[in-house]
Amino acid sequence: MESVPRKMSDFDRNALEEAIRIKEKLGGGVEIFTVTVTAEDVKAVLREALAMGADKAYVVNDASFKNIDTLGTAYVLAYAIKKIGTFDLILCGETSLDSFSGLVGARLAELLGLPQIGYVRRLSVEGEAVVAERTLENVVETVKAKFPALVSVTREINQPRIPSLMMIMKASKKEIVSWTVADLGLQMEKLAAKIDVVEVLAPKTERKKIKITGENVQEIADKLAKALLQEGVVGRR
Amino acid sequence: MSEFKSVWVFSEMQDLMLEMLTKAREIADKRQSELAAVLVGFNVQDRADELIKYGVDKVYLVDNQTLEHFRLEPYLSVLHNLVVSYKPEIVMVGSTRNGKALAARLATRLDVGVAPDCNGLNVDEQGRLIGERITYGGNAVAKIAFRVKPCIVTVPSRVFEKSEPKERDGQLVKLDVKIDESKTEVVDVKPLETSSVRLEDADVIVSCGRGLEKKEDKVLLDELANVLGGVVGNTRPLAEDRKWFTEWVGLSGHKVKPKLYIACGISGVIQHVAGIRDAKVIVAVNKDENAPIFEVADYGVVGNLYEILPALKEALKKQLQ
Repeated sequence: MESVPRKMSDFDRNALEEAIRIKEKLGGGVEIFTVTVTAEDVKAVLREALAMGADKAYVVNDASFKNIDTLGTAYVLAYAIKKIGTFDLILCGETSLDSFSGLVGARLAELLGLPQIGYVRRLSVEGEAVVAERTLENVVETVKAKFPALVSVTREINQPRIPSLMMIMKASKKEIVSWTVADLGLQMEKLAAKIDVVEVLAPKTERKKIKITGENVQEIADKLAKALLQEGVVGRR
Repeated sequence: MSEFKSVWVFSEMQDLMLEMLTKAREIADKRQSELAAVLVGFNVQDRADELIKYGVDKVYLVDNQTLEHFRLEPYLSVLHNLVVSYKPEIVMVGSTRNGKALAARLATRLDVGVAPDCNGLNVDEQGRLIGERITYGGNAVAKIAFRVKPCIVTVPSRVFEKSEPKERDGQLVKLDVKIDESKTEVVDVKPLETSSVRLEDADVIVSCGRGLEKKEDKVLLDELANVLGGVVGNTRPLAEDRKWFTEWVGLSGHKVKPKLYIACGISGVIQHVAGIRDAKVIVAVNKDENAPIFEVADYGVVGNLYEILPALKEALKKQLQ
């Protein structure tokens, strides 16, 4: 099972690719479902996921999701996943390339009470457990969690495949299941935002923008070195 | 104690905790509230004094052998227990990879929001906490307010600077709380093999982009970085497309904060620029005078990095003697 947001972001593509590789390795019996929470029509994205190798796509679509925050998204995913039934592994992208909040995976793991492994760059399934290599600030941890578990992956983990025409055609027969919030038995108030974006500003970039020029490379280098010395950003510490 | 009043700080990394305390103290003073640190670990009581010297009024200490290493569920249960018992208004969590997961789980357990990776925190005229973070793929700064308490924010390292430690009074509160078991088993830990000096900690970064023709040419950057006591970084295409490196500087990689960032053969796409925004001084060296990197650089040199870098190295060597 795998979660895909509005646009399939790179990280999510990596998560789906990893799911497909697990299925290829373990063979029959493995099924891959994608679960998407969206305020827009994302059929094209779902078709792409199915063409890559997902078996079935679930989508919860509601115009009110436009302002949904990370907790709301996690609630919808959690209810949808419970409705789908049992699973062994949830794979998700570490973060979205848009907001970079990177909270949904952890929130979903909490709502479903799952062991969670984040920042995973290598993964294998060993019996009824997942073994994952994750990078932290200074160390690489190898972590094991029994199924069911949630893993979020970084872009390092693999190179996602590009579906062939054949795969795209085959995928047109695969099923897309659409649900509403009501179908999930989820109270709308659960999805009320917990935070407000009160203002959006252009980031400040007050830079000096000084072009260093000179007769030759030597002169340019000397001028630049002098400027950096004056800035106090080079020198012995 | 009144509910939802105090400001709390937690990180499993003591240094990050000390950095956050500078800002936390300011916010607590503005709101005339108490500032507390949550200290979790095994045999860590000696760190409490340091926290007090850096500004906290109170240290909640949970010292237990099962907390020797960071594990999500045990740490989460401790923090959750404390928050439920003492009801802080603001919880600042160090935005390490583990810390961020912890904050997200804590917020979910409490049914509240999180402002992740804030690089600014303020109290507005109405007395609300406002977190600032870069969003929309690096194109904007969003100011975030909270509808419910506690307000949980995460703060990356090197956003705030440590203050000067002072002798002051503080209270140490030792607590025993119920600790959950970890749901994962760490089978191996080894040091991160790549770029042994953390880019986030570097004072000087010499960084290369697509203008670097061959991987071996990185030696030019290494030499310059050596003279400056810095480290070498790179952009995402060199890692993702050319596979020369496994990490990169940028919004989706390392967000850095050096005193000096020298961008060599880097065009300056917005995602990269967002990752170097907090550099004190940015130098750009690029053959293309229209490269967007010059718009965000303090000093720009239009030229060939293969000529400029060796000359700059020699010039700096001379002047630093």
